[in-house]
Amino acid sequence: MKKMLVVGASLIILAAFFGVMAMTLSFGSPKMTDMDDYFLRHGQEQTGSNNECTAVVFDFRGFDTLGESTVLFCAIVGVALMFRKMQGGEEYEDE
Amino acid sequence: MRMSKIVRTAADILYPAILIFGLYVVAHGHLTPGGGFQGGAVIATGGALVIVAYNYKEVTGWLKKNVLMGQEVIGLFGFIGVGLLALAFGQVFFFNYLAGSGSLFGMPVPYGINPGELNTAGVLPLMNFAVGIEVWGGLTIVILYMLSGLEKEGC
Amino acid sequence: MLWNLPFITVVVLTFIGLVTVLLKKNIIKILLGINILESAVNLFIVALGYREGGVAPIFTLAPSELMVLPTPQALVLTSIVIGVATSALVLSFAMVLQKKYGTVDIDKIRRLHG
Repeated sequence: MKKMLVVGASLIILAAFFGVMAMTLSFGSPKMTDMDDYFLRHGQEQTGSNNECTAVVFDFRGFDTLGESTVLFCAIVGVALMFRKMQGGEEYEDE
Repeated sequence: MRMSKIVRTAADILYPAILIFGLYVVAHGHLTPGGGFQGGAVIATGGALVIVAYNYKEVTGWLKKNVLMGQEVIGLFGFIGVGLLALAFGQVFFFNYLAGSGSLFGMPVPYGINPGELNTAGVLPLMNFAVGIEVWGGLTIVILYMLSGLEKEGC
Repeated sequence: MLWNLPFITVVVLTFIGLVTVLLKKNIIKILLGINILESAVNLFIVALGYREGGVAPIFTLAPSELMVLPTPQALVLTSIVIGVATSALVLSFAMVLQKKYGTVDIDKIRRLHG
């Protein structure tokens, strides 16, 4: 009974904190846009593509895409390793 | 288990159409919304449709696991190779050495709002193809391995 | 209060996701809570980059010259793919655990093989 009271009280405090934070943000006018103004003004002649999102993902920020491809590759190798059949003895791999 | 004849026929007709639409989304990544990751997910959805409609033993006859794993490895190493090739031209890693020059994808782009040209944007279409092939192989092989893990216990 | 509607949605989704991860006992339900948390964070990052009356940042036959910011969309692309990789791994763990222990209740999967 006491555990439920403590859990309920902490959840209410968390919800109040989140609610106060959601009210103070303004939607529709971002504060600092210097980097994105540079990307939108010079992106077309420096990379030569019409799509600004693809230019940012693959050309201006290519290292993030390299890291993400590596994470996807390692996760898929991990899934393939979980479903392997062991020859001979099933769970105990002694000599 | 096999689905009925209507479902199997519909999956047979729809799979090439989904494949071509996914490759279109990958190839026009520098002109319209899309790109490597989105197009690869579309093609993997087509593969999932074929896997759902047929038996497991028949699907392993067509979509082999070694070919899909090889596709994924070729995609990742192609992406790194295109970036490393910029070192041979004397620039930094991941430099766009084909934009604006006269070779493969190198037409200069007119400034402002324009109907798009496919011949532009340098290294970006090559990177789009590499990432699209990697995501295609990767997502299809996850579905195949999970299905093979179910079949062993007969659940 | 309605002008802040995307941020209020983010708060509600974060709250639901946190409560599910902390209080449920089934592995599949905990995984669904992790997915809801990731959707809330992606929505927050994309909603930060909106300009009033702006269109998509693509120059092919664009209606006007005022465009939204393209950088948050690039970060969210990476985050969605990492979410897919995490979900695939946790699902394969759940399948192997069910085969070995016979249940997916985390209160009963507490012994280590010695």
